[in-house]
Amino acid sequence: MSTPAVQLKPGDYKTDVKPVWCPGCGDFGVLNALYRALARMQLEPWNTVILSGIGCSSRLPGYVKTYGFNSVHGRALTLAMGVKVARPETHVIAVGGDGDGMAIGGNHFIHACRRNLDVTYILMDNEIYGLTKGQTAPTTPTGDRTKSSFYGNPEPSVDPVELAISTGASLVARGYSGDMKTLTSIMVEAINHRGFAFVNVMSPCVTFRGDHQFKELKAKLRHLPEDHDPTDRTAALAYTRETDVMTTGILYRVDEPSLVDRLNHVNAVAQGEGPQPTTRDILKTFYPSF
Amino acid sequence: MRKVLKGNGAVAEAVRLARAEVISAYPITPQTSIIEEIASMVSRGSLEAQFIKVESEHSALAGCIAAASAGARTFTATSAQGLALMHELIHWAAGGRLPIVLADVNRAMAPGWSIWTDQNDTLSQRDTGWMQVYCQSSQEVVDSVVQAYKVSERVLLPTMVVLDAFFLSHTYEDVEVPEQVMVDRFLPPLELPHRMDMERPAALGNLVFPDRYMEFREKMDLAHGVALGVWEEVGREWGELTGRPYGLVEEYRMDGAELVLVTAATTASTARPVIDALREAGVPAGLLRLRVFRPFPAERIRAILGGRKKVVILDRNCSFGHHGIFHQEIKSALYELPHGEQPVLHGIIAGLGGRDITPDDLHGMLDGAWSGKITAPVTWWDVLPVKDRERAAVTMVEGG
Repeated sequence: MSTPAVQLKPGDYKTDVKPVWCPGCGDFGVLNALYRALARMQLEPWNTVILSGIGCSSRLPGYVKTYGFNSVHGRALTLAMGVKVARPETHVIAVGGDGDGMAIGGNHFIHACRRNLDVTYILMDNEIYGLTKGQTAPTTPTGDRTKSSFYGNPEPSVDPVELAISTGASLVARGYSGDMKTLTSIMVEAINHRGFAFVNVMSPCVTFRGDHQFKELKAKLRHLPEDHDPTDRTAALAYTRETDVMTTGILYRVDEPSLVDRLNHVNAVAQGEGPQPTTRDILKTFYPSF
Repeated sequence: MRKVLKGNGAVAEAVRLARAEVISAYPITPQTSIIEEIASMVSRGSLEAQFIKVESEHSALAGCIAAASAGARTFTATSAQGLALMHELIHWAAGGRLPIVLADVNRAMAPGWSIWTDQNDTLSQRDTGWMQVYCQSSQEVVDSVVQAYKVSERVLLPTMVVLDAFFLSHTYEDVEVPEQVMVDRFLPPLELPHRMDMERPAALGNLVFPDRYMEFREKMDLAHGVALGVWEEVGREWGELTGRPYGLVEEYRMDGAELVLVTAATTASTARPVIDALREAGVPAGLLRLRVFRPFPAERIRAILGGRKKVVILDRNCSFGHHGIFHQEIKSALYELPHGEQPVLHGIIAGLGGRDITPDDLHGMLDGAWSGKITAPVTWWDVLPVKDRERAAVTMVEGG
């Protein structure tokens, strides 16, 4: 990979497409942090792919001057896997919302974590279905009133961070869209990580969760203590299912072979075993021994 | 009672009147307000039912399949990508002979992303064994959803009630909402003969060997044949109760018509004044609106169209490589006519991805066919001109 001749600034990664997000949407913060992270890393736009599923946040690829793919609902990670396996030298970033990633695409998330798929997955988590106008998501806290739960959400919710750590992701972080500095650093480390890097960004929905979601998250915001050991799974899990605080930073990070590493290894093993037997060889095993 | 309802609201009212017991659904534009309204009815207690909001459309229909197998009256709603994601279970619902009713708000398929109307989503499900009814007004939506339960439960096949995105789903109209007492008399509680029953234990979804599989499928085909008569009967009965009778198709100014427009859904409403204007100008025009598309009323259509001069079939859909889908179906239905009674058919593909079909468009199509300006068997209406067909065929970019 060669370094671009000119120094790219965050603004150079912007497209001419104006975001259609509501004024005050947390996703603006995520997009700006991503521009900064891309510029800090000087990622070549022509060697970077951003894929998404469906949802408000899944519009993001259109706003970034890299390759972009706004795909079908819940399938960003499956397409990301296809791109990464076909072009392992490419930086692959999947983005989307909590509805897209935890509900309709929930199964793919588990398997991307388990495989340690070499992509960065940025989940913009607003704890609601925004694009379809405010229904309960799997991340919506129990008891919250939404358009599909008039008298309170009857279901327990999922913490994407807990799910990622427990199913094998090798880098798991939590960010907040209103804390640009930390979020940018997290994104840089996530994109640099070899293996599945999951960044759960709490990104408020002012339209369907109201202003107070912003204020509450801001009040709960904490940074990881400096002595946190990210290789300690138990220590990382202590920062999941938080209710009174929201701890941001790289909660968990280990060095494990990625999916591409494992595929290459299997190919090497197969080639080491020499040529496959021919049909004639197989038929010979049925010949009588006399 | 008269109410001002949009198409989606009309679906919800009908589901309430039909006393659906389990609603399993997932939001998708432009269907979402159907299930929101139903969720609200369940919360308020105006509909005594279980409302489950699941994690995908695939799960939504799975929920209905399970609840219907347990003997409950079920409902779900979806659009486009959602219906496509259900596809595996669409087959299952029909093969399981479950009388599920599903409202699909016709929306164009991606890519490119579109939330606007066309019929390729539902027509891609043509061969699954579901019945399909295309509606032209909110009134017809209310009436058809209730009728769909009655027919489905008689012939043990699921029904898709179909309405156009936005033109019908989000347009408010004056609607006569039938009284609950009347609907209760019309639609008795579901008694599914093969429901799960502790007294008659059975296993569902087993492997069926080649010596028996075909018989199950033949029964589905037979049920579609029976369903034609049931739709007619139920439509008549509904007419007696409400003053609004329904048939398999609807004819408008077909007496002496030599030029016939065949179409479905809201375009038919746009077409009526166009037909009137043509009649005033001395053109013997008429309209045939397709309503029940599966089971397909081939005999009825043959009887209506036999002997007419020209038939313009307007498809808001395309079976790529071979005509619009209504065009295919009608052509195949007319094959059995004697040679002298075969009308000339002109297929028009228009309005995909929600492009408006205006009275001027319809006038242009009919006038073009009548005057001989349109000669091609299939015309893509109102599209950018293609200079080089070979080149255009293999380029992704617009135009060419």
